Amino acid sequence: MSFETKASAVSLAPGAAAPEPARASITSFTLDNGMEVVVIPDARTPVVTHMVWYKNGAADDPLGQSGIAHFLEHLMFKGTKNHPQGEFSNLVAELGGQENAFTSYDYTAYFQRIGKEHLATLMAFEADRMRNLVLTDEVVDPERDVVLEERRMRTDSDPSAQLDEAVQAALFAHHPYGTPIIGWNHEIEGLDRTHALAYYERFYTPENAILIVAGDVEADEVERLAKATYGKIPARSAAPRRARTQEPPHRAHRLVTLRDEKVEQPAHEQVYLVPSYSTAAPGEAEALETLAYMLGGGPTSALYETLVVEEQVAVGAGAYYMGSAVDDTRLWVYATPAPGVTLEELDDAIDRVLRRFGEEPIDAEHLQRAKTRLIADAVYAQDSQASLARWYGEALATGLTIEDVVAWPDRMEKVTAADVQNAARKWLDRRRAVTGFLLPA
Amino acid sequence: MTAHAPAVTIASRAEHVQRIMTPGGLEVWLVESHAVPLVALEFAIRGGASQDPAEKPGLATLLAATLDEGAGPYDARSFHRVIDELAIHLGFGADRDAISGHLQTLSRNVDKAFGLLKLALNDARLEAGDVARVRSQLAAELKRDANDPDSVASKAFREAAFPNHPYGRPVRGDLASIDTLSREDLIALRERLFARRDLKIGVVGAINAGNLSELIDATFGGLALQNDLAPVPEIAVANVGARKIVNLDVPQSTIRFGRPSISKHDPDHYAVVVANHILGGGTFTSRLFREVREKRGMAYSVYSHLNEYDHCPMLIGAAATKNERAGEAIGVIEEEFKRFVAEGPTEDELDKAKKFLIGSYALRFDTSTKVASQLVNLQLDGFEPSFLDERNGRIAAVTMEDCLRGAKRLLGDGDLLVTVVGKPARV
Repeated sequence: MSFETKASAVSLAPGAAAPEPARASITSFTLDNGMEVVVIPDARTPVVTHMVWYKNGAADDPLGQSGIAHFLEHLMFKGTKNHPQGEFSNLVAELGGQENAFTSYDYTAYFQRIGKEHLATLMAFEADRMRNLVLTDEVVDPERDVVLEERRMRTDSDPSAQLDEAVQAALFAHHPYGTPIIGWNHEIEGLDRTHALAYYERFYTPENAILIVAGDVEADEVERLAKATYGKIPARSAAPRRARTQEPPHRAHRLVTLRDEKVEQPAHEQVYLVPSYSTAAPGEAEALETLAYMLGGGPTSALYETLVVEEQVAVGAGAYYMGSAVDDTRLWVYATPAPGVTLEELDDAIDRVLRRFGEEPIDAEHLQRAKTRLIADAVYAQDSQASLARWYGEALATGLTIEDVVAWPDRMEKVTAADVQNAARKWLDRRRAVTGFLLPA
Repeated sequence: MTAHAPAVTIASRAEHVQRIMTPGGLEVWLVESHAVPLVALEFAIRGGASQDPAEKPGLATLLAATLDEGAGPYDARSFHRVIDELAIHLGFGADRDAISGHLQTLSRNVDKAFGLLKLALNDARLEAGDVARVRSQLAAELKRDANDPDSVASKAFREAAFPNHPYGRPVRGDLASIDTLSREDLIALRERLFARRDLKIGVVGAINAGNLSELIDATFGGLALQNDLAPVPEIAVANVGARKIVNLDVPQSTIRFGRPSISKHDPDHYAVVVANHILGGGTFTSRLFREVREKRGMAYSVYSHLNEYDHCPMLIGAAATKNERAGEAIGVIEEEFKRFVAEGPTEDELDKAKKFLIGSYALRFDTSTKVASQLVNLQLDGFEPSFLDERNGRIAAVTMEDCLRGAKRLLGDGDLLVTVVGKPARV
């Protein structure tokens, strides 16, 4: 039971879409109650990955109840009126399965990996959990303490995680992406079973859910099982609308500095507000994906070669684009200064590299290398049914379609030098960015 | 409800493993599969950080991290670029007992990919400038972790558990040593470790035995025959019964606990595996999970697991709780250990643990890189491919009597070495 960090969320860019051979065989359909179903074949192993995604995440937390999506995710393991606490988890374990759940800004998902012969059992239990959750103060209260410990572990003991939190809060002046997924401490402390059940009633409905099954299974069989389990849940009405407050125009660059005596290695990060795969004009997200890789995707990237190898003002540098998001999203740039280099000096050096993409011709060989690498990820993705299941789930939960995912390699092929340059000019605008400095006290 | 249906018999895994002896005399285990146009290779060379000279910790880590920074005709930049052009995944790492490598490639680039691996293994340049750059990166990482509770806790536990032993030294080195590591040190370590003896290779994917044999000989055949490993003494976790506290200004106490275990070649090994699973394994089902997290809300993560260092079998566990509850949490954990030794598991716990361990074995084989890693680990541990089919039977054979004996051998009197980082109360 966890929430996604920005890094893990980024690694799940729809980037790694299904490759050519898998295209024809992915099946999808919608149950009468509105629940979407996707079946991804993988005949190599007798294992199946079963996931249910709800199209709500931390960005849908009611005002004053930050952390409720994540807290409810924990509470979903507390039993139902048909199966008391522990029965589902004990059964999954007894059947040799693994399970977990995670909450992000835009979605919450529950999954199990198990021998394929047990799929029907999982579907019955997971469908039951969509309708029949039972919460008592007795189980809710200790679980709130667990979440507070989770926050202490991930954030409250780690200055760099605290800076990340402050940078995001500064980037989003009005949109809920500025609130941490796990919630603010003082609001987590006030969450109780009433909040959790109200949230559950609002979002845990078939119209708001996506079932993904990946493995050595036939689509017909999954359909039959889905109808007999999830299909029995009455439709509620329409899926809940995700009406979030949107950002006003950004006009001021913001610098956020965190000093802590525990910091021995200073660090620099910068986040730009950019469109996501769901909000971008056609081709723009693909250009941003390519731009981010050329800027900071490993040791052949512009930031690394310039700052680390040539100028030696940094010992590490990179960038990434968090393309999967319902609303406008983030492109990160980060670097670790070499000894003796100030963060201001490093910031200037980073800025020179970023400007270059807008002002000088794009290196054609570099562009080709980036596209080759990104498109190949779609082939590598075929090696893991669990990864494929996550990629499709994430895409659908953020408003994309299966066709969007399948056609992604083709769209990446079409990215031109001009597209990358235009993306750099338009979106790498410091007025749309927050810079974070991590420094010793 | 299918909860009590018999498990479906899984076809033999071992029969898919081709144990190949190449013309050059190298052994490689292959699982040939053309379902996906990829080839994955994993290898390990015995002797990792435990071979670092005492005053030069971090050397094996630095060597692994520098192998792909230029090799043969390529300088660092051109080497990284050609890897990118071919969309190859190539990487190296060091742990306490081995240096390992990972290669994954689209099958259309398999010859070139093996060619690059060969260069990195045999002709890494290890140029002074590249070594200095990687060293500065390791130093930055060490500084970043200097006050990270988990890193501080690992260090405190390691130093208390393994005094005067290579396992007590930091795998990634320390800030005092890292700048002293030179190109000459790296070359000397490479000459001692990189050899065909103790080299274990696993390959999975779209390649046949004939082609693979040639590529393996071309890639690894140039290595020396014999390595030159410094002996690493066997050691048991020391300071059991002691509590060590490291003060750090954070709101949460990070707790590590451990004690000696038994060798994975001991006849009671699977009895111990089952016992530990009941006590602190799994995700949401162990006694520690129930008592520490579910009932008392004291920690997000709490577990125990069996650590498989070559020269020190041990049980190690962890939890993190707010400073105010640190003493209470340690008390609950110690109580569970003592209760388990005194009472043992219930029949139901034993049954469920065995079912989980048997049923979930398949989940270790669902990607080609995971399968390749399994093939390497089996070879490192000295098993035959047939182990893949025998392993579940060994778990199924664990009786209540075995499990009780395993628990006694694992937990003894229940005493633990405990290290705590934070500002713990009542410890």
